[in-house]
Amino acid sequence: MNNIRKNRLKDQAFKIWGIFCTLLGLVLLAVFIGNILVDGIMRIDWEFVMNLPSRKPEKAGIYTALMGSIWVLLLTTLIALPVGIAAAIYLEEYSKKNKLSTILEVNISNLAGVPSIIYGLLGLEVFVRILEMGASVLAGSFTLALLILPIVIVSTREALKAVPKSIRDASFAMGASKWQTVYHQLLPASFGGILTGIILALSRAVGETAPLIVIGALAYVPFAPSSAMDEFSVLPIQIFNWITRPQHGFVENAAAAIIILLLITFVMNGIAVYFRNKWQKKFK
Amino acid sequence: MRKLKELVIERSLLLSALITIAVTVGIVLVLSIEAVNFFSEVSIIDFITDPEWTPLFSDKHFGILPLLSGTLLTSFIAIAFAVPVGLSISIYLSEYAPKSFRRTIKPLLELLAAVPTVVYGFFALMVVTPFLQSFIPGMSSFNSLSAGLVMGIMIIPYISSLSEDALHAVPNSLREAAYGMGSTRLQNSFRVMVPAASSGIIVSIILAISRAIGETMIVAIAAGQQPRLTFDPTVPVETITAYIVQVSLGDVQHDSLEYKTIFAAGITLFVFTFLLNTISYRIRKKFQEKYE
Amino acid sequence: MSKDKKESVIESSIKRKYKLQANDVKVWYGDFMAIKGISMDIKPNKVTAFIGPSGCGKSTFLRLFNRMNDYVDGFKMEGEINIDGSNINDKDINVELLRKQVGMVFQKPNPFPKSIFENVAYGLKIQGLKDKAFLEERVESSLKQVALWNEVKDDLNKSALALSGGQQQRLCIARTLAVEPSIILMDEPTSALDPISTAKIEELIYKLKDKYTIVIVTHNMQQASRISDNTAFFYLGELIEYDKTNKIFTNPEKEQTENYITGRFG
Repeated sequence: MNNIRKNRLKDQAFKIWGIFCTLLGLVLLAVFIGNILVDGIMRIDWEFVMNLPSRKPEKAGIYTALMGSIWVLLLTTLIALPVGIAAAIYLEEYSKKNKLSTILEVNISNLAGVPSIIYGLLGLEVFVRILEMGASVLAGSFTLALLILPIVIVSTREALKAVPKSIRDASFAMGASKWQTVYHQLLPASFGGILTGIILALSRAVGETAPLIVIGALAYVPFAPSSAMDEFSVLPIQIFNWITRPQHGFVENAAAAIIILLLITFVMNGIAVYFRNKWQKKFK
Repeated sequence: MRKLKELVIERSLLLSALITIAVTVGIVLVLSIEAVNFFSEVSIIDFITDPEWTPLFSDKHFGILPLLSGTLLTSFIAIAFAVPVGLSISIYLSEYAPKSFRRTIKPLLELLAAVPTVVYGFFALMVVTPFLQSFIPGMSSFNSLSAGLVMGIMIIPYISSLSEDALHAVPNSLREAAYGMGSTRLQNSFRVMVPAASSGIIVSIILAISRAIGETMIVAIAAGQQPRLTFDPTVPVETITAYIVQVSLGDVQHDSLEYKTIFAAGITLFVFTFLLNTISYRIRKKFQEKYE
Repeated sequence: MSKDKKESVIESSIKRKYKLQANDVKVWYGDFMAIKGISMDIKPNKVTAFIGPSGCGKSTFLRLFNRMNDYVDGFKMEGEINIDGSNINDKDINVELLRKQVGMVFQKPNPFPKSIFENVAYGLKIQGLKDKAFLEERVESSLKQVALWNEVKDDLNKSALALSGGQQQRLCIARTLAVEPSIILMDEPTSALDPISTAKIEELIYKLKDKYTIVIVTHNMQQASRISDNTAFFYLGELIEYDKTNKIFTNPEKEQTENYITGRFG
């Protein structure tokens, strides 16, 4: 009897501990966002967004970095999307269970775990040096595209997997070829899921700093890029640069730029979750 | 005609899949070629045993140990914080919390992993370190404790989400058996659910370790840039990743020895994470078979 | 002795005659009413069978006796369930203790992914019992009761998952017996088993009723007629008929019962 009461007590204690842990992370995140808002919200105005970088904190803006981020994001999407979706379609719909498919699978799972800075080293050697792209928007985009490729492939495969087999059977029974089935049935049916994965992958890319520093993206770029071969900076690198400056004005700038970066990341995540919920309902 | 079209399509899809192999081959080749160049100038014995890492100074030493100890120390702090918290969250969400609570809280927790790491670096340097300094006088403004703790916050969702998935995948019949025998939820969780989901939980922890070892910006910003063979969490250290960033920020000649050091450091990092990823992949495959 | 007290003594002695009692029990899952007001008394040391078509509420009703529905989302209950005369939904009833008294065997064998020994010793260990000799003795006697001892005595440290389906189910029964309950609830315990294993379990149930009160939900009417003393027929959340098994299967009062046992629906 005594034991039973003790067990009950332990059970209740763990419940409270569990709630505490669950809220701990969220509370810390909230404290942290609150802190950043206090530090940076007053600094955000139209000029901050439109100004070029400057040695004087109160005159500096994020225009070139923001434009750089947008350039990189667009090019990364253009490169990673077709390759990632095609690879996923091959693995999920075409490949038979053999040695090659096992190797591909193990390999993709491994790539997903390679630290992002290693992709930076790859990009530095292959794109910047061997292919002579220099520290350009294009080199950065290729690097990030390779980085998010495994995420795009894995999430696209999940989305294809969720399409009921009956739809494939029905399409084949109507005399459709494999590609016709993929193109007319499976891709439309899994569109929501694929989109979710891609947005999440891009939200990861927009926050990446280390690989772009390694390929030589600069903290100080006087102009926004006007072509894919131009030098560039991105928002996270601008933030990193401001954090490492001693003057207090730059801390304020960093906080303000973080607010904008977080806004972009959270909006992208929100959109992704919205699509996921909408799409999951379709199959349940 | 139609057959030809189908064949062309299939081949180009295959080609896209093969690009992923090319990426891996590329990584391995790039790292090893530059590392071989490096080791033709620096003895591998020195690399492994020299207790100093000073390639950017005039008195050059190339011992990886200080960078490795910095990496392991920050990762250890992160894991020591994130594993108990993350695991408790996963058990609470899967075995205690009402379904509706779980559904709302899980995406919110995953937001923790979506925050860019440069932002966490700012948090560690500007908020956590000053906070800790008020308890630990003499703590340096760059230290592994604050970087490690913040890294721990970042990897909580890796552990909580994946472990929760693993717990959730345990057949409900086991839960019923445990409750039917008169278990409390705590006994059910630790005596039945956690052992039954152990492989999934181990995978989540390994992935979290691998993530911590490869993490760059938090440590580059908050842990410092002083390679030092120490396990004191209050002093500046430098991790492998932070060293690569430090060199990349500077103006280093392409064929210089300094340039090659980042590849030597990179391959060390790659070997560690590759081993961890391979182990977790093996366990995951075994685990899938168990429930299929 | 005051009149009040006298009455309550008489009342409780009436209650003792019955091991389990349900008084006007109603159950909802969200808006769906699964049990629509059932009262019944179950006698000790008998086998009572619950029969009826799927979705008639028989399993839900069975799970009320050890409160296994507590964790189901949207579950709501009215009425009273008494065991040995006390209401098991009272605030001061400890549900873990209740479940030690009221064991349960499930539809699919569900051994824990542990060794055979650990499975049988589980219920004792969570009560805090650690004495090794005692545990060993109890594991042996429990396995002997389900006639599994001779088959597994050399493999006690092997995983329970390596046993066959029928052996697993007998292990699950042994696991339940090890904590010495007085009541055993069985939710279609043989529906996932082959005929030979089924026969073994039925034989076991017949033997166990000397020591335990057994309530069994079954889909299989032959099984009910073979092993039970009393049978209750459920339909659409109501108790249609409850009587001696013999009577139900040879001369039921209600037309619905007759239709069901003669296979006209279900």
